[in-house]
Amino acid sequence: MKFSFSSEQEEFRSNLRRFLGERSPTKEVRRLMATETGFEPAAWRKLNGELGLTAVRIPEAYGGQGFGFGELCIVLEEMGRSLLCAPFFSTAVLATGAILNAGTEAEKQALLPGIAAGDTIATLAWVENPAHWDAAATTLTAKPSGSGYVLDGFKSYVLDGHTADLIVVLARAPGSSGDKGLSLFTVKGDAKGLSRRLLKTMDETRKLARLDFKGVEATLLGEAGAAAVPFARTMVEAAVCLANEMAGVSDRLREDSLEYAKMRMQFGRAIASFQSMKHKHADMLVDVELAKSAAYYAAAALDEGDDDIVAVASLAKAAASDAAVQTAVHAIQIHGGIGFTWDNDTHLWFKRAKSSEVLLGDAHHHREQMMQHWAA
Amino acid sequence: MSELTEDSVRAEVRAWLEANWNPELGLVEWRNKLADSGWGVPTWPKEWYGRDLPQGLQAVVDEEFARVGAIGVAKAGIRTLAAATILAHGTDLHKEKFLRRILTGEDTWCQLFSEPGSGSDVAGAVTRAEMQGNKWIVNGQKVWTTSAHHAHWGLLLARTDWDQTKHKGLSYFIIDMHQPGVNVQPLKQMNGHASFNQVFLTDAVVEPEFLVANVGDGWAVTTTTLMHERRGADGLRTWAMGSDRKGRAYDEERAEIATTMEPYKWYPQRAGRVDLILPRARETGHLGDPVVRQEIAKLLIMSKSAEWTARRARAAAQQGKPQGPEGSLGKLVASHVARAAARIHTQLSGADALLSGTDSPMNGTIAEILVSVPATSIAGGTDEIQRNIISERVLKMPKEPSIDTTKPFRDVPRNTVR
Ligand SMILES: Cc1cc2nc3c(=O)[nH]c(=O)nc-3n(C[C@H](O)[C@H](O)[C@H](O)COP(=O)(O)OP(=O)(O)OC[C@H]3O[C@@H](n4cnc5c(N)ncnc54)[C@H](O)[C@@H]3O)c2cc1C
Repeated sequence: MKFSFSSEQEEFRSNLRRFLGERSPTKEVRRLMATETGFEPAAWRKLNGELGLTAVRIPEAYGGQGFGFGELCIVLEEMGRSLLCAPFFSTAVLATGAILNAGTEAEKQALLPGIAAGDTIATLAWVENPAHWDAAATTLTAKPSGSGYVLDGFKSYVLDGHTADLIVVLARAPGSSGDKGLSLFTVKGDAKGLSRRLLKTMDETRKLARLDFKGVEATLLGEAGAAAVPFARTMVEAAVCLANEMAGVSDRLREDSLEYAKMRMQFGRAIASFQSMKHKHADMLVDVELAKSAAYYAAAALDEGDDDIVAVASLAKAAASDAAVQTAVHAIQIHGGIGFTWDNDTHLWFKRAKSSEVLLGDAHHHREQMMQHWAA
Repeated sequence: MSELTEDSVRAEVRAWLEANWNPELGLVEWRNKLADSGWGVPTWPKEWYGRDLPQGLQAVVDEEFARVGAIGVAKAGIRTLAAATILAHGTDLHKEKFLRRILTGEDTWCQLFSEPGSGSDVAGAVTRAEMQGNKWIVNGQKVWTTSAHHAHWGLLLARTDWDQTKHKGLSYFIIDMHQPGVNVQPLKQMNGHASFNQVFLTDAVVEPEFLVANVGDGWAVTTTTLMHERRGADGLRTWAMGSDRKGRAYDEERAEIATTMEPYKWYPQRAGRVDLILPRARETGHLGDPVVRQEIAKLLIMSKSAEWTARRARAAAQQGKPQGPEGSLGKLVASHVARAAARIHTQLSGADALLSGTDSPMNGTIAEILVSVPATSIAGGTDEIQRNIISERVLKMPKEPSIDTTKPFRDVPRNTVR
């Protein structure tokens, strides 16, 4: 297993950090998060064109750059640090993962180049019930109709679901249950019978939508009735990616709090000189570095085809969830009253930490997933 | 000279082991061969029993030793700290006299730093060393001194100048433990063992050539020893575990473990024995309990992440990168892991956690975990001191205001000893 980044990867990271720092200052984050779309299509296309972000993990055969999760996760960590407002996780992690894992050669050829080029904004719609992140809970149905299918039902908590051009939808054959009868479909964002509603989100930088399907025409992605395995794989990859994004969120919260503590004076000295503050910061460093190690290890495990990846992915997600939330709580506390104000930026990352804690399943869920592999 | 690669080193060590490793050799005889060839401590300098191998290639050598079951140099215990300190600050005389016998395991060592009045604040030592005639005469008391009861040599921190400030008045010595002026009294621990001791020094003698570095440089040398101690803290688990193979060298290694290594036999338990958690959960029928499963998962996540953090730090070191924050956290994390493991062992054992010795599960091992884990967050620098170090050195937060480091040490308020 690889435990360090190459110098090319380090350089990629530092360039990206500088770029995102310039393009996504919090002023810009605040402006975009207040908009309905949550990002600016033209600006995002330009940035993505310059940096090739959505292409990172797409194989060259489909117009991508052919890098691995190691590189994709660097992008995600930096996105977490910068809170860049863009439909990146939805497009480059969820939809791209589903297409790569489930799609036929022809489907990949048809769908991925547009994503790699930044022309297609895409997402994956699978959750319906707030208590279930797994495929088995799917109720949305797909019935054969003519040469294709029609979808009926609803999806919720869909990342960028209100703006995506292309929606990958998890559905089941009428009368099927559990992991049987599941298929993935693609639907156009403006398809007839599809109504999309932007949900109000706690973390305004992460836009979620509810999608209602009434006889929506859909195209099968991959093999009918066989989506359970590629979907599960997509979720494993997404958990690792989110863990890396959360590592960036945590590190940013930690660093900003440290900087503030060194600057803020009380009782004639910097609050950073109080031992309770120093010990809290030491503990935060432990939390964040351990979570980072798990996230990096999991990304390497994906690239190296580790047999243990399902457990390792859940481990990384659980570690990241706890570290991010704990760090966020400390960060607000360290800032004191100003930390509770809307004008102070800390709450932006606090909310991303809370939102990521829940997205794709919380720490309890992932700890249990991990135990099912290691202690059956 | 040909370039060192993983393959070239592997081939070389493999050939050497093939020609030299023989389990029927005496342990000391074998380890002398290791010292002569440099394969025992390959990352050490060539002129001192090593081969100047980069740190990154140590693992290759370890793998080849493990492959044929070859015994390594004597590693465990304070002697490794002594070796690291002597390599960094010792004279050629020190290196000649001590290093080889450290590697062969003929000599054991102890660390005479802590005193009744100064543990965390180890620079507050009041044991005094005075030059009388042409010898150093030492008077004072040390405490919690691991292995002092069988050690041949001690790493001694003592005060040589009371008019200097606290850190500047200290000097560092190597003291012969087998002399009339050194009186070692075992000190029973809360886990029933007595691996540490009180050491009373009454006109104990140190030869002038056994001063390490210069008079007044004791603190810098102490820092080196402590740094190596903290770094080794996450490697405690594999100590004192012999092999069950046949052969004279193995027999003698087992005998060594039973004697000089005896003080360390509870060390695996003090790290919490994470390896026993899943087997114990299975055996006690708790593996299906969702609450227990969550707690076990939290522990495994922490211990795996800690392991990967240590490997990240090692990988960075191997690439010659400056040490990142990940390299300073191991000791503190080891305390968290040990405590969490002890809590779960308690939970899994139910009423059996009330028992000890042969009445306790696994012939006392579980009970020993519960009463040994508290050592992890104290020995080698407490958790609080680790947090001070991380926040001040890694995070560059302001140092504690100090009221004791600028005036002559004799004017500094301190504990009164009796
Ligand atoms: C198993 C074991 C083996 C040992 N082996 C050796 C050995 O071989 N050689 C040797 O020299 N010593 C040895 N020690 C001693 C050990 O190094 C000391 O016990 C340790 O450094 C703590 O010092 P102390 O006991 O004087 O506690 P104190 O320093 O009095 O600490 C008491 C409490 O105060 C806290 N505290 C102290 N200073 C600060 C501060 N600045 N900020 C915040 N909190 C603070 C501590 O964290 C602790 O909780 C051993 C100890 C144990 C338990």
